[in-house]
Amino acid sequence: MTAPTARRRRPLARAALLLTGLLVTGAAYTAVAPGASSATAPGAKDIAAGHDLFLANCATCHGVHAEGRANAPSLIGVGAAAVDFQVGTGRMPMQASGPQAPRGTAQFSQAQIDQLAAYVASLSPGPDVPSATAVDPGTGDPARGALIFRTNCAMCHNVSGKGGALTRGKYAPNLTDVNPRHAYEAMLTGPESMPVFNDQTLDPQSKRDVLAYLDSIGNSPSPGGFSLGGLGPVSEGLLAWTLGLALLVSAAVWVGAKAS
Amino acid sequence: MSERIRPGGGSGNDQASSPVPDHPPVPATGRAVVPATGRTVEPSADRFENPGLPPHQERTTDTDPRAARRAERQVSGLFTLSALGTLTAVAGYVAVRFPDAVPQNMDAYLASVGLSTRIIGLGVAAALLGLGVGAVHWAKTLMPDTERVESRHPMRGTDAERADAVDILAEGAAESGIGRRPLIRNSLLGAAAILPVPALVLLGDLGPLPQENLRTTFWRAGLRLVRDPEGGAVKASDLTIGSAVHVMPEGIDETTDVLEERAKAAVLLLRLDPAQLTDATADDAYQGIVAVSKICTHMGCPVALYEQRTHHLLCPCHQSTFDAADNFAVIFGPAKRPLPRLPITVDDEGYLIARNGFDQPVGPSFWERG
Repeated sequence: MTAPTARRRRPLARAALLLTGLLVTGAAYTAVAPGASSATAPGAKDIAAGHDLFLANCATCHGVHAEGRANAPSLIGVGAAAVDFQVGTGRMPMQASGPQAPRGTAQFSQAQIDQLAAYVASLSPGPDVPSATAVDPGTGDPARGALIFRTNCAMCHNVSGKGGALTRGKYAPNLTDVNPRHAYEAMLTGPESMPVFNDQTLDPQSKRDVLAYLDSIGNSPSPGGFSLGGLGPVSEGLLAWTLGLALLVSAAVWVGAKAS
Repeated sequence: MSERIRPGGGSGNDQASSPVPDHPPVPATGRAVVPATGRTVEPSADRFENPGLPPHQERTTDTDPRAARRAERQVSGLFTLSALGTLTAVAGYVAVRFPDAVPQNMDAYLASVGLSTRIIGLGVAAALLGLGVGAVHWAKTLMPDTERVESRHPMRGTDAERADAVDILAEGAAESGIGRRPLIRNSLLGAAAILPVPALVLLGDLGPLPQENLRTTFWRAGLRLVRDPEGGAVKASDLTIGSAVHVMPEGIDETTDVLEERAKAAVLLLRLDPAQLTDATADDAYQGIVAVSKICTHMGCPVALYEQRTHHLLCPCHQSTFDAADNFAVIFGPAKRPLPRLPITVDDEGYLIARNGFDQPVGPSFWERG
């Protein structure tokens, strides 16, 4: 054996080589791996602040450990996306008990919502808040989104996204002017009556296609003049029966009246 | 009888209040007494007096020549408006161009379509309303509007006319000899009886009978469940509790009658908490995943309004509601039968497959279903 070979086989050198390899792999993985969706990963401080907010605003119904009560579901495992949707759209904290929490103005700042989401996400893994690029309608195909929307969403939300009635006072809300992130989170988590469209059953690109479709119907002009709410035959029929009949009756009265 | 009432006074009252009985009086027996020769019956005392027509009111256009000229101008203005509307509609169609092919800029395209339809609509509305309103205004202001009375003649003919009619019929029957010549009568009856037969033969050849098409769907044992419309088989592990996926049988788009087959084969895939399912539902399910026909058993609408919290499926057409956990039983609405379930399992690779077709026809009842 020559001297250099012997030196290379020393146990210390072997350990050093292993360490170097691990460091390089780790550094490369950190560089390549997809970053966390939020800009900064929530720290223990955020979780603690979120816990305080939770105890003050949510625990009355959802229980001090988010375990759920008779009228409020357990929040263990719902993930940060559900919190960001429910609190960010003003549905939670719920103002009054009823068949469904209505959309409203958010009662917390985005920073507080993030803290609440961090606390709920710390209880058990769940869907995370999507990044800004993941919910950009500009990266979706509105035509494909329309196909997906027609099969999966239109029966409740109306093909023009105007919403519609469900049973016993529940309803599918209007989707115009909904923040794309909130729409994405709703698909991801299935709030209230809505079914879940997770990333396996409806992949992220398909979700962005749906967002692109919603964006396009929200912005396209109405070639027929008055859209009458875009509700289809209901509002059109109501107008035809009330205004149309009133016009016909007025015309009949005018034809039958004597000239002065 | 028609009598022109002279304008300018109550002279019409003389005629209108004269005791001419336009309608025969009805005596207490309830049977109308119809005079054989016309108007000779005196009016009975209990009949209220004919109030006659109100005095004729002159219009301003009758008395004021300037008003008449103004009305004339208005009528001709309305007709001119109609002509302008016609020209506007043509101009709107010709002047507002949009490309035949759907362009990249959809918003500008829709805006020009909207402008075109609005100009044509307003133009045609002005054209039709101008003619109609002008004609009515003309008739009301300038044409004579004096009242006239035209009495209705009695419906019943005289006894002599009625006897004549009966005689003509009897004479016709006697001259045809239908009572005396049974050969002609019987052959006529026979010919008339078989007259509808060609219609039966022709109608009998109208299209093939549905045969088994109403009872069978594309679903067969071993077919994978493929997402609609994106495509791609579904793994059991893809579905979380509360998930809803719309699926079609794999290979359905390669059939000849794609639309007919898709209309029957539409299936909704739901995942529920297995603890919530009744035993019968769990038999066809796979670990809480149930597959159900989307075609309503009432009228065939797609039942797809799924409320995952209450696991109720609502039909948008007539509000039939089905309970996904309990065999898709009808819990509200006009449907009479539960939605048919598709029995499912997984194959070696974990993809969901049909264990069998539907065990009953999907969709609404039909005549031969029994």
